[in-house]
Amino acid sequence: MSMRKHRFTSKKRKHIPTKYLLLVLSFVCVISIFTGLVFNISGGPLSAVAGYVFVPMQTGINNIGQWTSKKVNNFKTLSEVLEENEELKKQIDDLTNELTVSRMESYEVDNYREILKLDELYPGYEKIAASVVASDNNNWFDVFTINRGSNSGIEVGMNVLAGSGLAGIVISVSPNFATVRSVIDDANNVSAMVTTTGDNFNVSGNLQLMKEDQVITFSELRDTKGKVSIGDPVVTSYVSDQYEQGILIGYINSIEENSNGLTKSGTITPVVDFEHIQTVLVILNVKETSE
Amino acid sequence: MRLRRTIVVFIIIALCFLLQTTVFQALSFANISPNLLIIVVSSFGFMRGSREGMIIGFVCGLIADLFFGFYIGIYALLYLYTGFINGLFQKNFYPDDIKLPILLISGSDVICNLLIYFFLFLLRGRFQILYYLRAIILPELVYTLIVTIVLYFVLLKVNQWLEEKEKRSAKKFDL
Repeated sequence: MSMRKHRFTSKKRKHIPTKYLLLVLSFVCVISIFTGLVFNISGGPLSAVAGYVFVPMQTGINNIGQWTSKKVNNFKTLSEVLEENEELKKQIDDLTNELTVSRMESYEVDNYREILKLDELYPGYEKIAASVVASDNNNWFDVFTINRGSNSGIEVGMNVLAGSGLAGIVISVSPNFATVRSVIDDANNVSAMVTTTGDNFNVSGNLQLMKEDQVITFSELRDTKGKVSIGDPVVTSYVSDQYEQGILIGYINSIEENSNGLTKSGTITPVVDFEHIQTVLVILNVKETSE
Repeated sequence: MRLRRTIVVFIIIALCFLLQTTVFQALSFANISPNLLIIVVSSFGFMRGSREGMIIGFVCGLIADLFFGFYIGIYALLYLYTGFINGLFQKNFYPDDIKLPILLISGSDVICNLLIYFFLFLLRGRFQILYYLRAIILPELVYTLIVTIVLYFVLLKVNQWLEEKEKRSAKKFDL
């Protein structure tokens, strides 16, 4: 300690007393939280530095993890693999059949589209693949980071897909990583639409229900004719100001009538397996809102 | 030397953050992973006092904020005070006694989680506190304590090694 004091005496300011330092740091935090709240900005250069330090290491660890789990999987017995092979062959047959049917249907749809000139409604957005490198540091939220950021053209508000379903939305970007909030996060809300009737409603993540039954909730469904049923696909709605329309979220798991008798609420089973997301696709387009 | 301690502590923080966000997410039980950062913040708090505790807390929180925070500063503020308050117990700390570390680390983990629940969940209308206690706070506490038993002794040894080195170089300067 004596040595330290000697070194700092030249600067006249010896040592900021601990309680002042506490006040200063608290003040910095509070200011930063408020600027974040008001101006909606994220870390800037600071998070860029953090990204360059941590993301390569996280990627490395994940690669090692994937490599080991692959090696472990190699020990699966031959009989298991053969059995799986049989099943998969059957699945291929089924899927080929389905494909033929849907090809015929899509030919029809193409025709209609040409007639109605609907093409501009369904532009093929450019997508970019990214790997999930790290998950949230606490157990309250469902937020993860991916190994691509603004250097790859990712911006805040872009939609993130995993497989064919909606995984989440980009909430902050740095040059080499981006943070994604998943659909099942407790604080997340999506305007959605049930495909069978076209009714719009609100889908929100729920930590408790996700932990207990692996479902998320929906509310304010106005299904006056009672046509919506369990198993109906739910996609993102055209009224959403954040999500591109028509991305599959999940399937209706349960429906309840609200006490007001006008609207319904219930639960949805998401299509994405959030526990095992490894790669995602980011749609390189931010939905333009008519503001 | 001051520089040595800074570098060593930063490496510890980085390692724990990396482990917490990658390896322990894969090793989670029922989607619950341990909180290594709170162990680091709390341990350095009661081993080294309020000043170091709060600086380490601030840095840990800031890193967490930069990657996962909704607003930069929330975790930094939380861990800042965690480190500071743990530092107040430095005078009661004896390296051979594991009771105080266990108590302080558990207390820090539970209180931090309760604060997160209060500010980020209760205020959004999630009132089932008993559920969250049972499903998140207690499992995290148990898992964190299991990890503490290993990690705490590593941190203790590293700190003792650093203090030994610091004493020696201080002597050299006095001569």
